[in-house]
Amino acid sequence: MSNSTNKSLFQKDLITEAWKQSFIKLHPKAMVKNPVMFCVELGTLVMLIVTISLFINNNGSQGSTGYNFLVLIILFLTLLFANFAEAIAEARGKAQADSLRKTREETPAKKVSGSGKINSDEIDIVPSSQLRKDDLFFCEAGDIIPTDGEIVEGLATIDESAITGESAPVVREAGGDKSSVTGGTKVLSDRITVKVTTEPGESFLDKMIALVEGASRQKTPNEIALTILLAAFTLVFIIVCVTLKPFADYANTSITIAALISLFVCLIPTTIGGLLSAIGIAGMDRALRANVITKSGKAVETAGDIDVLLLDKTGTITIGNRKATSFYPAGEVSDEHFMACCVLASFADQTPEGKSIVELAKSKDAKTKASDELLNGAVFIKFTAETRSSGIDLKNGVKMRKGAADTIRKNAERAGHSYSSEIEKIVNSISANGGTPLVVSENDKIIGVIELQDIIKPGIQERFERLRKMGIKTVMVTGDNPLTAKFIAEKAGVDDFIAEAKPEDKMNYIKKEQASGKLVAMMGDGTNDAPALAQADVGVAMNSGTQAAKEAGNMVDLDNDPTKLIEIVEIGKQLLITRGTLTTFSIANDVAKYFAIVPALFIASIPALQGLNIMKLHSPESAILSAVIFNAIIIPILIPLALRGVEYKPIGASALLRRNLLIYGFGGILLPFIGIKLIDLMMGLFF
Amino acid sequence: MNVELTGVIVTFAITLLLAIPFGKYIARVFNNERTWLDFISPVERFIFRICGIDATKEMNWKQHLTALLTINMLWFVYAFIMLLTQGHLFLNPDGNPSMSPDLSFNTAISFLVNCNLQDYSGETGATYLTQLAVLMFLHFVSAATGIAALVVVFNAMREGVSNKLGNFFVIFTKTITRILLPVSIVIAVLLVFNGTPASFDGKDTITTMQGDTIQVSRGPAAGLIAIKHLGTNGGGWFGANSAHPFENPNYFTNSVEIIAQVLLPIALIFALGFYLKRKRFGYVIFAVMTIGMLTFLIPTMISEIKGNPSITRMGIDQSAGSMEGKEVRLGVPASAYWSILTTVISTGSVNSMHDSSMPVSGAMQLLGMMTNAFYGGCGVGILNYYIFIIIAVFISGLMVGRTPEFLGRKIEAREMKIATLIALLHPFIILVGTALSSWTWVNHPNADWAVKPSTWLNNPGYHGFSEMLYQYTSCAANNGSGFEGLADNNIFWNVTTGFVMILGRFLPIIGPLAIAGILAKKKYIPESAGTLRTDTGTFGIMTYAVIMIIAALAFFPALVLGPLAEYFSLGH
Repeated sequence: MSNSTNKSLFQKDLITEAWKQSFIKLHPKAMVKNPVMFCVELGTLVMLIVTISLFINNNGSQGSTGYNFLVLIILFLTLLFANFAEAIAEARGKAQADSLRKTREETPAKKVSGSGKINSDEIDIVPSSQLRKDDLFFCEAGDIIPTDGEIVEGLATIDESAITGESAPVVREAGGDKSSVTGGTKVLSDRITVKVTTEPGESFLDKMIALVEGASRQKTPNEIALTILLAAFTLVFIIVCVTLKPFADYANTSITIAALISLFVCLIPTTIGGLLSAIGIAGMDRALRANVITKSGKAVETAGDIDVLLLDKTGTITIGNRKATSFYPAGEVSDEHFMACCVLASFADQTPEGKSIVELAKSKDAKTKASDELLNGAVFIKFTAETRSSGIDLKNGVKMRKGAADTIRKNAERAGHSYSSEIEKIVNSISANGGTPLVVSENDKIIGVIELQDIIKPGIQERFERLRKMGIKTVMVTGDNPLTAKFIAEKAGVDDFIAEAKPEDKMNYIKKEQASGKLVAMMGDGTNDAPALAQADVGVAMNSGTQAAKEAGNMVDLDNDPTKLIEIVEIGKQLLITRGTLTTFSIANDVAKYFAIVPALFIASIPALQGLNIMKLHSPESAILSAVIFNAIIIPILIPLALRGVEYKPIGASALLRRNLLIYGFGGILLPFIGIKLIDLMMGLFF
Repeated sequence: MNVELTGVIVTFAITLLLAIPFGKYIARVFNNERTWLDFISPVERFIFRICGIDATKEMNWKQHLTALLTINMLWFVYAFIMLLTQGHLFLNPDGNPSMSPDLSFNTAISFLVNCNLQDYSGETGATYLTQLAVLMFLHFVSAATGIAALVVVFNAMREGVSNKLGNFFVIFTKTITRILLPVSIVIAVLLVFNGTPASFDGKDTITTMQGDTIQVSRGPAAGLIAIKHLGTNGGGWFGANSAHPFENPNYFTNSVEIIAQVLLPIALIFALGFYLKRKRFGYVIFAVMTIGMLTFLIPTMISEIKGNPSITRMGIDQSAGSMEGKEVRLGVPASAYWSILTTVISTGSVNSMHDSSMPVSGAMQLLGMMTNAFYGGCGVGILNYYIFIIIAVFISGLMVGRTPEFLGRKIEAREMKIATLIALLHPFIILVGTALSSWTWVNHPNADWAVKPSTWLNNPGYHGFSEMLYQYTSCAANNGSGFEGLADNNIFWNVTTGFVMILGRFLPIIGPLAIAGILAKKKYIPESAGTLRTDTGTFGIMTYAVIMIIAALAFFPALVLGPLAEYFSLGH
């Protein structure tokens, strides 16, 4: 699947489907959810009755039958256009989701029956649709992973391009934070056993499709508030139109039902009313196009309000991982011995940092091949967030450790060794230059320091600058010591940082910001990120992350791209802006419609009102028809804008308001004057 | 004409010069800072003691509303009974009769709600007792009610207040003792020195040069006339209101009265800025309101100074402007300025007959009351404006891509529901009222009533429609001025306008108070670079546009059938 952001807005098959839906959506039960369009439907119904009765008997008081019929048709089209807008948005979202879902069509799965060790005898080949939650299956090189799951055993390189479009293979392994695999991706090497995490039809993608299709779509708080405002405007115009009847009686003018209903339909905010749900769906669709699965429409909207953004340093601000750049042996320790120790301590360390230490030693011609004899029976100590160190316990009793300065220091001091001022000086100077010092100990005696350096991603400063202009505070989260963290934070241009972060630090920071009324977004992948992801107002879990993380967040990023949050924030803002500007536009339109219809209503009995006919529309009938036609066709004209969203510019709130007010407010007043006049000129050819 | 226009500009300039320090003073009063009127505080403490008020008890918004509505209800009963029985009570030297039940109902409400629609004439319809103890009393308390409600909303706008919005009775009492009474006394003294009567002696009898004996109504009028303007009430002592030579003897008193009526509405805007320490916010509101007022004033000035084209066509000199219905001693510009100020704020006192204004002026006067938020009445003007701010904040918040927030609190569905309901109410009661009277006039012209509907209108046609529209607009806006020429002292008008006045008064007080109270309890969000500031010119323009567009959309057809039809028929 390709990233289809460039696909045209209207594909033929989508349009056919959307047209069909436009008619189905005419059902009053569906219409009543949208009070504005429901009023139009009622108006259309009244016109239908009027037109039918005119066909039977027209005494002339309601205008010609043809004219009434025309009004009826235009009102009906208004309804269809509005439904079409919603339907096309749904169809596009569905198509996008379907193309993602297609990747997980029926694939043969090697289901592990029983729970014993893998044994080819025990494997049944079943269709992927028969896999249930907690089933185990097995994949090896060349297999397509049949469904979403979590690796319980093994490690594999996987081609995820079907989902992310990124061709470079990724490593997924049991345990740790990169244990999730996605259905439809392909195993390139090695073999893994995977536990199914979701029942068929209940994956995040399925949930999102349901959201787009409207079955479980709930209105967001902003949408509800806007609906109230639109309902209020509709009510005002009900009052205006109903009271107009006795007013006209007083002025001794008879108003036709067609004219009154036309006036009403033109005045109520049909433009935004018709496009409102399309805008919401399109927001989720845009998120999906950015390869982000959202669990609710509200999450996208909330993203637009984010005040604080928590970003992991690694992968977001700096490229991938730190690399070892220098060895600093301490005291009498020789270079040779120190490097050998470093290699030993890193030998089993498969993290990129560990590998880079071995590589650096190799480049310095140090002995990097440890003898089997030495390694035999050695115990590898894995890095954990709690101990913040790793290393090896050799069979001969030698313990090598490398890790954060304070951890190693604590261990050394506990064992009765000193933490020399020389070490302290080295550690501080590395930190001050943005490096990460990795202190190495042999049997708890500190023998030197390894310098790891970060490389800041090109272009990241500009992105943070953009965020700052949006009013968003960026916070870098890192396990580095405060000095290193400060250096990188300043270099990258983030506003704040959490150094030596433990999982609960993130949580506490989020709570602290939330207590002062801020909305916080974060991205995470590990199981220990899950509580923070749940606490954050917008939590984006990486698709590669653990199931717990994915459950806790309210979005899942299929690309595993830590900078994705920036895009999500913009999508959220666009969503609100599109609603706001189209509401303004819709209301501003009414000015011109009044100038078209009101003189037309009364010109017969009060000829002096010709002075109000500033557009010089040529007859009352054509004036009314032009206004209704404009009102109808503006909906399909604005569908592309509603689907694409009004552009967000980080130029400050007031400047943005000025700009949008000028384009959609002032423009909204002017445009219909031109539009209605043009339609009237065309109508003049027929009437 | 230039001299007269200069007079108008100078009057406005003096108003501003007085309003800024006055606003500062008001902010000090409610901030409990020291003021030079502190010597009154023993009196206030005495009042609290005998009324059993615990001045230190803070109230939440619901308790404020309960207090406000309860005392208003009591005043209504008191006023109704007094007016109904005034003929039999003391202090009635002219021997005026009691009011009919429907007129008592209408008058009691009309003064209670700061509207002062007067379906009676002061000289013959009220006694000295009711003028002073009922009508003047209500002048004070209704103005103080509006201001107190506004101060509660001010309190709610502060950071971290939650439920502690001050004590209603304390705010209310201080409004009278520190603001309304002292200033009214000054104005009353100025009026008395210029010839406004302040006598309990009853009618004076004089013999004219032709030898006829005529009776001239007098009374202790100066005090009432002072507070009628200061409190944006508008209900005068005499039937002709401030066109009457006793109520408004000369150009000087005219200036005093016009400054007095707009002084508090403007000073309260500045008070908001000083009180909340958001001066810029106050200045922006002042600018928007002033532009709004000028939007109505300028067309009025032009059309009044130009005069009636039909009269010009007859070859009659109109260099003095359109003088029909205006006082020669005041002239056209001062009258035009007054007619717009008195309608944008809710005073509704008149120094010329609005019925005789040019059609454009009539439309502008109507629009002044239809918007009802450019300065507006004492306290309630800013409360109305507050509703429009909420709507403007909502729309513009969306337009900049952020959940709308106002002064650090998020605007959500509940607040929008209240705000839109209140914004809707105004057109609703005006249009429905006018529709009801039009319908009755058309369909039941000869209904068997004491005053037949067919005789309501002195000028049928477009102008008659304007008269009915004006009457309901004036009531809904609690303005009280009339497009006279309407036979309004009968059951139909007394009762319908009575209800319109109640709705138009209390709901627009309840709404903003509720919104402010709900918002005060919400979490306070500190401002960030993404926050849309409400103290900028851009946001000011947005608010102006919201107010104008809502008024235009709701009232355009009605205005077309009334003043605009008349305007175009005059042959422009």
